Amino acid sequence: MFEPFMANAWLAGTLVAVVSGAVGLFVVLRHSAFAAHAIPNGAFAGAAGATLVGTSPLLGLVVFAVGSALGVAALGRRRNDVVTALALVTMLALGAALLAASGAYEPAIDALLFGEVLGVSRGEVVALALLVVGAGVVLALVFRPLLYASLSEEVAAARGAAVRAIDATFLVLVAVTAALAVPVVGALLTFALTVGPPAAARMLARRPGRALALAAALSLACVWAAIASAYLSGWPIGFFVGAYAAGEYVVARAASSWREGRARP
Amino acid sequence: MGCEPLTGGRRELVHVHDLEVSLGGRTVLTGVDFRIAEGEFVGLIGTNGSGKTTLLRSILGLQATAAGEVVVAGREGRRGGPVGYVPQRVAFDHDVPVRVADFVALGVDGTRLGLARRGRGVHERVEEVLASLELGGLAARRIGALSGGEQQRVLMAHALASRPRLLLLDEPLANLDLPRVHETIALLDRVRRAEGVAVVLSAHEIGPLVPVMDRVVYIAQGRVACGTTAEVVRPEVLSALYGHHVDVLNVHGRVVVVEGEPGDPGAHPEVVVR
Amino acid sequence: MHWLVEPGFWSNPVVRTALVLGAVVAVVSAVVGVVVVVRGQSFAGHALTDVAMAGGAGASLVGASPLVGFLLAGIVGGGSIEAAGAERVRDRDVATGVVLGAAAGLTALFLYFVSSSTSATGSTQSVLFGSVFTVSPSVVPLSVVVAVVTLVTLLGVRRPLLLSSLSPELAAARGVRPRVMGLTFVLVLAASVALSALVIGAILSTALLVGPASAALRVARGLVGATLGAIVAGVAAVELGIVLSYDSFYWNAAHRSVPVSACVVAVVLVEVAGSTAWSRWRRGRG
Repeated sequence: MFEPFMANAWLAGTLVAVVSGAVGLFVVLRHSAFAAHAIPNGAFAGAAGATLVGTSPLLGLVVFAVGSALGVAALGRRRNDVVTALALVTMLALGAALLAASGAYEPAIDALLFGEVLGVSRGEVVALALLVVGAGVVLALVFRPLLYASLSEEVAAARGAAVRAIDATFLVLVAVTAALAVPVVGALLTFALTVGPPAAARMLARRPGRALALAAALSLACVWAAIASAYLSGWPIGFFVGAYAAGEYVVARAASSWREGRARP
Repeated sequence: MGCEPLTGGRRELVHVHDLEVSLGGRTVLTGVDFRIAEGEFVGLIGTNGSGKTTLLRSILGLQATAAGEVVVAGREGRRGGPVGYVPQRVAFDHDVPVRVADFVALGVDGTRLGLARRGRGVHERVEEVLASLELGGLAARRIGALSGGEQQRVLMAHALASRPRLLLLDEPLANLDLPRVHETIALLDRVRRAEGVAVVLSAHEIGPLVPVMDRVVYIAQGRVACGTTAEVVRPEVLSALYGHHVDVLNVHGRVVVVEGEPGDPGAHPEVVVR
Repeated sequence: MHWLVEPGFWSNPVVRTALVLGAVVAVVSAVVGVVVVVRGQSFAGHALTDVAMAGGAGASLVGASPLVGFLLAGIVGGGSIEAAGAERVRDRDVATGVVLGAAAGLTALFLYFVSSSTSATGSTQSVLFGSVFTVSPSVVPLSVVVAVVTLVTLLGVRRPLLLSSLSPELAAARGVRPRVMGLTFVLVLAASVALSALVIGAILSTALLVGPASAALRVARGLVGATLGAIVAGVAAVELGIVLSYDSFYWNAAHRSVPVSACVVAVVLVEVAGSTAWSRWRRGRG
């Protein structure tokens, strides 16, 4: 499983895992699960559109994901579940229609929805790495205000934090994560990766910095194990990502209940 | 009438001038005008829904205003001034990975960009402010695991951490029993003297605040009256404020504000002064 | 009628099945959808569609009826979301997300088995994005039964359900058990999602659930009016979507028709946009 043709898979998987773990922690802290679910679907429509037009899928992914994120951000405080749900479904329907129009064959559709270990080419790994570095720098820059606004938007705003700008920045980070993750783990599983391991980390860690590191580590473990399992079994990687992410969450939840039970005899 | 700061010689900190605020097309505050000096303790008194929170949010710069201006420490209508804010409630998640000390430190550097390590100064300030609010033992606890009362104290410590010149508290006494009310007020009075910070505290009961309060800002029908308790809590003043007759009664040493004519079936006590 | 429908529309048995099934499904989705929007459970509703998707994929693997697969998975998934999120309400979105992710993973696995064990193609398309034109007429009776049971159950619990949506405390004081209510509603929701998954695909069924209901709630005043409005909007969206999809076959030389589900979603969007504009305009005048 460490043959040369797998190198891109391991590299891309590692990049995707670290970013989605770190960004995912804030998805969990901010209760943005629904938005984090909707944005990858926008990326899916983008990749489908790129297939139709014949441009690079990564371009379609990034443009559509960031577009969806800015759309969600523009809704601002009036953002609500119904609008998010409709936007999400619209993007999926658009993607389906574009794929039908382009006459894409089924494995291509499956790869976009459920992931493909070998979905990333060498050239794209470089682009992925650049995006990851960019996202990392932005996240490091806004880490403290983002954490502050995630705990209490009102208190942070009263202290002078630019909460609207922070929200928009965060959603763009979610979009970049989605654009990176969709070709590897698929549009429907990207969300599992951004919620499962970070939710586990939130329950286990006590400090913000450690929670961030733990989220990235658990996400990395999830993706590496999924790549290895997919290689060994030949089954789709999406299944393993979904299963391992849920597994980490369940174990962390049991551990935290047990710890609380001990603390209060 | 009484809206200039009582104590001459102290510098002006807040000037609310002819403020008007509308929420969803309804005028909530109108013609609100008062000043607060450095180090004052001001009670913002009114019934539920009278606009206390809206007025506090206007002072913080969180509320769009229809007319007038709010000047805090010489700056007009801007967020992020030297102001600490304690909202009535913050719903922390049970398992949020943030300790009490982390949250209080965010009060100092939470708006700063970048990952620079916190200096010794920040850690020392956090310890100091936790100690002055008698929270030293909770520093390493997760914030979501604390009781509501403990969380409120932590919010106070957080608001004070940046050494503000003005501390705004929204209904901090609302859910406390009477001994805790007196304890909290005494603590706030101690802290404001030690830190030299002006305190504006909203409440729907005036009584417990009388011993420490310099002045009252009484809010009703979207307008305010201010001055000392003796100046404001009088039938003529409050009747003018409410726009109809209001009685202030002395019952067994307690002062009761009754809206409406005596014998009016709709009459009910508005504010109780113990 | 030639300006609206292309030749052969009415005489086509596939189209007739689609129109009947579409109407039944639209009515159930609209009625359940109003309650979903009022209870603010759009995310739960959407999560169930992803769970139903796994069931649909599983059914196509073992060769069972997709409706049965959608239904069973919806019931199991709905029950587990309700159980996982019930203790800590603030954690509900995370619990929902984890269940949803696991379900998407299972879907991937089942579809992989389908494509590798049989020579059948298009199972991803039909399970996820649906095609009411491929539904066999034999499913219609079962769908009607599920629809009737769902509507009767919802009608039976409507009062305590609405009370517990508006004020859980008040409902508890009146002897309504919120967990029982929550579970009953999730089962109703699962049945409705299963039905609409049949017509426009598991993943898109959220549109039919939430769209007509939210459009009607913007325009109508009372709940009864909103429900009736949602039924009209839902049936119109499905029937019009079927017509558009059928016609689109003749629109281009390559004869690539636009999928039914995409057409239905498009009509739903127009309805929601229209109702939003209408309520803005009315508020601006009033």
